[in-house]
Amino acid sequence: MYKTFAAVFLGVSLAASGASAVTIGFSQVGDEGDWRPAFSKDMQEEAKKMGIDLKFADAQGKQEDQLKAVRAFIAQRVDAIVIAPVVVTGWDQVLKEAKRANIPVFLADRDVDVTDKSLYVTRISADFSLEGKLAGAWLAQASKGTCDVVELQGTVGSAPAIERKKGFEAVLSQFPGMKIVKTQSGDFTTEGGKKVMEAFIKATDNLKGICASFAHNDNMQLGAIQAMKEAGLKPGKDVLMVSVDYVPAMKAALAKGEANASVELRSAIGKYIYPVVTDYLKNPKELPKWIVIPSDLHVAAGN
Amino acid sequence: MTAPLPPSFSGRLRELTSHRATWPLLALAVILVVDGFVAPGFFTIRIVEGRLFGSLIDILYRAVPTALVALGMAVVIGTKGIDLSVGSIIAVVGATIAWRIQEGDPHFVILLTALGVGLLCGLWNGFLVAVLDIQPIIATLILMVSGRGIGLMINLIYGGTNPSFTSPLLQGLSVGSIGLVPTRLIVFAAVFVALWLLIRRTALGLFVEAVGGNAAAADLAGVRSRLIKYSAYLISGLCAGWAGVILTADTHTSDPVSVALYIELDAILAVVIGGGSLAGGRIYLGMTVLGALVIQTLTTSILMSGLPPEYNLLVKAVVVLFVLLLQSNNARNAVLALVRRRKR
Repeated sequence: MYKTFAAVFLGVSLAASGASAVTIGFSQVGDEGDWRPAFSKDMQEEAKKMGIDLKFADAQGKQEDQLKAVRAFIAQRVDAIVIAPVVVTGWDQVLKEAKRANIPVFLADRDVDVTDKSLYVTRISADFSLEGKLAGAWLAQASKGTCDVVELQGTVGSAPAIERKKGFEAVLSQFPGMKIVKTQSGDFTTEGGKKVMEAFIKATDNLKGICASFAHNDNMQLGAIQAMKEAGLKPGKDVLMVSVDYVPAMKAALAKGEANASVELRSAIGKYIYPVVTDYLKNPKELPKWIVIPSDLHVAAGN
Repeated sequence: MTAPLPPSFSGRLRELTSHRATWPLLALAVILVVDGFVAPGFFTIRIVEGRLFGSLIDILYRAVPTALVALGMAVVIGTKGIDLSVGSIIAVVGATIAWRIQEGDPHFVILLTALGVGLLCGLWNGFLVAVLDIQPIIATLILMVSGRGIGLMINLIYGGTNPSFTSPLLQGLSVGSIGLVPTRLIVFAAVFVALWLLIRRTALGLFVEAVGGNAAAADLAGVRSRLIKYSAYLISGLCAGWAGVILTADTHTSDPVSVALYIELDAILAVVIGGGSLAGGRIYLGMTVLGALVIQTLTTSILMSGLPPEYNLLVKAVVVLFVLLLQSNNARNAVLALVRRRKR
């Protein structure tokens, strides 16, 4: 809460100084993990580069803080509001208030569930399902369409876990020779990925007949790589390793040939978000409800 | 005086059913038998990369951190206390290890520092509970809530997020092996024996149980209950410190947000399955280890079973309920009564 107030206060003082610049209020979820702080930092740096007056509010994972921040943005009459929602529900009221004040709202990253879709202009985010599809497509070509896969799922019920699995399975369904033979949740952590892979190694007699490991994020895959090495297997050679995120430690694993491919989840996405907002402010026209930020697949040198 | 009759069969049975190890062992056996059917080769043990390898070894291997934490928890619960901060202590220890390795300290010094951090956390908890007389659940909640944040702050000292490291000494203690045996099992055995000697071969165990049973009475009898409580939290902090060393060296990264998440709940559960009472006054170290084994066997079984992960927690809850019902005299008597009525 203190942080929100501080951010709002800072925002007021900034607004007083830069009168002509476009003013955007950005309500961020919090600063958990590696990805989100990098995303916040990029939004602030990119705003500076583009001459945007950014009011940044960190909700510390609480929707009530986020609602307060958005209402503060409305009271300050910002030109546009960008929200990275903590949760999908409970947005109708505050979005109506923004609409009444004629302030367009854009969503970044996660989705919201509102009855009236006109309450926000568009959502700009990566497509988790596309990430799963890219991983699946890479695996299909690397294995020539025949592959028994073990899967390390993210936290049960989380959007990236559900969507990445869906996208991956959508590609696999096109290849009769490809199937997931074991799947378990490693909770998106290195520790979890390692434990699950240890159990898979025992359950499949040292990964006999297993051609690939697909992990919903790199941390779990890094744990799986450790488990395989401790069991005397060669990850990246005995088994194809494909995952999502492209974190620095995964870059190193790719360079060493212990992993084969990773789909990048970009954190530098300010350059995709701001142009949509500023273009809309210049020329308000109907936009598609979802603008997808492209995903890149990175492969190891030898592949 | 008549000579004592030779114990009848039913008498022996009663003796057996009333022994506290019987029911947890039975539960463990049931889970293992189910595993034998669900996962072929569950009981196979081979030698891979110069050490023992197999699901049963995995269970022992993976149970070590929970069992270590549970041992400390058993002592704290013996004083009628509770230590919710153990997971956070592990996070702080992990961050400290990664940080000091980055700074280039000699690795045995880092091991001592890590255990020292565990003790320091125990000192803090003990101060709140024994000196300030704050209720244990709240006192340890403070470190539970703040510890992971402290871990993140330590990581930020040198700008690392999930920093990874290599340390032959620490990794040797965690994932290495001496001969065929994983080193962490030896570490655990050493901690267990040391704690057992401390609790059962000195008066400390008796004092802890006296303080847990009735602190005021113990005080009147000349036991310094504050000091006893203090030492219980120190022991718990040190045990969590060891668990932190093993877990951190296992993945050789520091991940304060998620390392050992909810381990305090598994540890408390292990103590309770082992016959400990949250009302204090008892310490069963060996039984607590058995409790930790039941929990880890269950966890490993779920991972091996091929069950969709959506059911993990549900299955765990049902089996834990089953184990606790087995241990409950009232539940067993009710079932027996029901069976007898049917027969009639």
